[in-house]
Amino acid sequence: MLEFLGLDSIDQLFAHIPASVRLCAGLDMAPGMSEPDVAAVFAELTSRNRGQLATLTCYAGAGAYDHEVPPVVRALGSRSEFVTAYTPYQPEVAQGILQAVFEYQTMVSRLAGLPIANASIYDGATSLVEAVNMAGGATGRQRMLISAGVHPHWRAVVKTFAFGTGHDIVEVPLVNGVTDWASVDATDAACVVSAYPNFLGVLEDLSVAKAVAVNAGALFVVAGDPVAASVLKTAGAWGADVYVGEGQPFGTALSFGGPYLGLFACSEAQIRRLPGRIVGETLDSNGRRSFVTTLRAREQDIRREKATSNICSNQTLMAVTAAIQLGYLGTQGLAEVATRCAQGAHYLFDQLTAIPGVSALHDQPFFREFALRLAKPADLALAALADEGILGGLSLKGLAGDTDPSVEGATSSIVLIAVTERRTREELDRYATALRKVLS
Amino acid sequence: MTAFPGGRAASIPLMGNEVEPTIFELSVSGRSAYQLRTTGVPATALADLVPAEHLSASPVALAEVNERDLVGHFTRLSHRQFSVDLGAYPLGSCTMKYNPKFCDAVANDPGWNSVHPGVPAALCQGWLELMTMLEAQLCQVTGMAAATLQPSAGAAGELTGLLLMRAYHSANGDPRKRILIPDSAHGTNPASVTLGGYEVTTIPSNDRGLVDLDAVRAALGPDVAGIMLTNPNTVGLFEEEIVEIAAAIHSVGGLLYYDGANLNAILGAVRPGDMGFDVVHMNLHKTFATPHGGGGPGAGPVAVSARLVDFLPGPKAARAADGSFEWVTPPKSIGRVHGWHGNSLVLARALAYINVHGGDGLTRVAQHAVLNANWLRRRLRDTLPAAYDRPCMHEVVLTATQLKADTGVRGLDVAKALLEEGFHSPTVYFPLIVDEALMFEPTETESLQTLEALAVSIEKIVSLASSDPDRLHIAPQTTPVSRVDEARAARNLISTEDAAQR
Repeated sequence: MLEFLGLDSIDQLFAHIPASVRLCAGLDMAPGMSEPDVAAVFAELTSRNRGQLATLTCYAGAGAYDHEVPPVVRALGSRSEFVTAYTPYQPEVAQGILQAVFEYQTMVSRLAGLPIANASIYDGATSLVEAVNMAGGATGRQRMLISAGVHPHWRAVVKTFAFGTGHDIVEVPLVNGVTDWASVDATDAACVVSAYPNFLGVLEDLSVAKAVAVNAGALFVVAGDPVAASVLKTAGAWGADVYVGEGQPFGTALSFGGPYLGLFACSEAQIRRLPGRIVGETLDSNGRRSFVTTLRAREQDIRREKATSNICSNQTLMAVTAAIQLGYLGTQGLAEVATRCAQGAHYLFDQLTAIPGVSALHDQPFFREFALRLAKPADLALAALADEGILGGLSLKGLAGDTDPSVEGATSSIVLIAVTERRTREELDRYATALRKVLS
Repeated sequence: MTAFPGGRAASIPLMGNEVEPTIFELSVSGRSAYQLRTTGVPATALADLVPAEHLSASPVALAEVNERDLVGHFTRLSHRQFSVDLGAYPLGSCTMKYNPKFCDAVANDPGWNSVHPGVPAALCQGWLELMTMLEAQLCQVTGMAAATLQPSAGAAGELTGLLLMRAYHSANGDPRKRILIPDSAHGTNPASVTLGGYEVTTIPSNDRGLVDLDAVRAALGPDVAGIMLTNPNTVGLFEEEIVEIAAAIHSVGGLLYYDGANLNAILGAVRPGDMGFDVVHMNLHKTFATPHGGGGPGAGPVAVSARLVDFLPGPKAARAADGSFEWVTPPKSIGRVHGWHGNSLVLARALAYINVHGGDGLTRVAQHAVLNANWLRRRLRDTLPAAYDRPCMHEVVLTATQLKADTGVRGLDVAKALLEEGFHSPTVYFPLIVDEALMFEPTETESLQTLEALAVSIEKIVSLASSDPDRLHIAPQTTPVSRVDEARAARNLISTEDAAQR
């Protein structure tokens, strides 16, 4: 090949790089290793991941849940045609992904109770950032009212990106587990954001937040658990303009936090400000139904600095996987998963709150997750439970720091516990026994 | 050349060309595929657990199919999808190289993927060490001081980098107003600049396809926060005056941002840090061969020079004094940019790729990517000329301007016809500064035999442009669908099954 190019050495192809910055000695890195040798290095590393599911029974949640991902979903979701394709720029040879995303959009739209869903965003937190930016664009306002019932990491991410947009992020505190909307002046608000259930597990009456949004002329954004959405009133039914959610529960492993799946749906009125890609149905030149990414004129590669969002790559593989997982579960399956989560959570709540030194954080309705106050620092209790083979939940201090507007007082003794359809009664009883021992 | 090309997919048989029903059309009420664990948990009615005002009258309707039909449906969809594993994918700027299956095995290992992101540091020491190892390797490759692994994709990395620049300037008393961007830049650059709170000043390219140094100097002022550059740029050419550009930007206190979309071209040859860049984002899904998943997930770590280290997002993994690993938030951190720690499994794949290749292997990756692009440029010189016919880096932009003038066949027609030949199309009509652009990035993983087959196919198409141009205007016809009516899709939006039923 060099001869064809009239060259003596491959270095000549790099000759136009200024000599003053050329890396003459090469990279100061170890030489390549064989795959089995790298596998051995990685096996040593994973041996120190004590938190894996093979060793611990999982009660951690906060948006990332230990749901069953059956072999059929893993087999279909790992097909290399889906895994090794690029963004569907050439629809003639990308109907597989385009149609799967169309089916995904339909499912997300129905779960949100809103007519428009996009092709995915990076994760739930980024979906919320995009919703906030959408509200800024729709209203021309800067003030964003966000319930402290929204996941603390999501609130943190929204604040980070507000540094660039100049948005004023106002966290509205919870009182007794419920957002105290009366505590803030909603005048000039661009959006009102509620979580459903909130991150402490509480099912808040969203009609309060909706009324605040309507009175202020703000968009109403609901950050919702997509599994619970199967059986709860949808965001759309509560009057939301935008739904955002974390789609990890739909077929994606816990994955140490990523790649996950940002769900995003909205009303027809917001379609021109929709972030990311959307797939639409059309016809090919021979009259056959086909799918294509559409409303492209909103996107960064065409609008450049006037685009409403900079998103390009998204999480398509997770969206395709979600369509497969929801196809597997179907109407009854997802409802059954949601119901079993709620049944397990309420059973465990009853067992744990009967233990001396354990009290419910508040007396509010919840779905599949709840917060408890322990008579011992949560970090210590969780460490002791881990020694018993139980990942007993997440400490609020670990998630939100020493204080957080979601609770009054210190966070250090509060633990957040989630239950999924995978937990058996025997496991739940074992948790109660272990916690009794840890606190005694 | 007698060997068959290994990267050509024209042998794929078709069972017909009917449309695939949607999963909702396959749905039959009462069918199901799901099976759940027997738990023994009391089956209390939901209405006894949750107040009635929160419950819907009936569950949200999804499709109802059995497992056999589920598998048939998604398998047939997969057969309507081109992929790298199927054939060469010379989509310029996107770096669609073959991804070793070893990296898939890493991502599928429960030792990595069954760890909850909220576990205490003591329960995820392997993950934390992996993150510090990857950060060190990425800093070595780019010549930078430290990195954040949180951004989920290149565009997320760009915005993170711009916020780091904003934080740095703000700490010096003035966030400044403008970011310089060449007219050849990716669209994400200007979009990110706006979201970062800056204004774009566009810098024209010169007649060699490079940033015009005089235009950069003319645009400078105390309100310039920095410049965003892709190097090699989106035309596949190295910015030869980068040292002078860096000096000019730094002379007004500005910072240099390196868009790492093309980092794969310079591995082991030159490092952004040595060129004077202060912020670098990397597209791990391009340079370090994590598969693109049909449009994601990617990962867009951002590495920075010493003066920006304190502003990095947190928390980030670090080695503690006792040798264990912990989460640490830099003192002036801009905050979190991801709900958890980033696209962790993509990070694990990338480290596996880097370890298998090593410094020597990564250097060869760039060398062979550049060699392949130059071979293709030279091979097609008399068929479709390069927009700038001199040695390129990892990709080459050809132009169909003359072909269009001679035959009426456009670059888009050539790209579409290539699909019938069993190759994915190149990137078309980008960058915007080249008329009738066809951007080819063959990558280092395609063989000489495959490149030759690609060249022969392009020659065949260009020849057909003279003899039967109408055939090219309607290409492709052998693909699952022919050209689609994009205007119709936009005019009458049908983005869900429910909209289709109305």
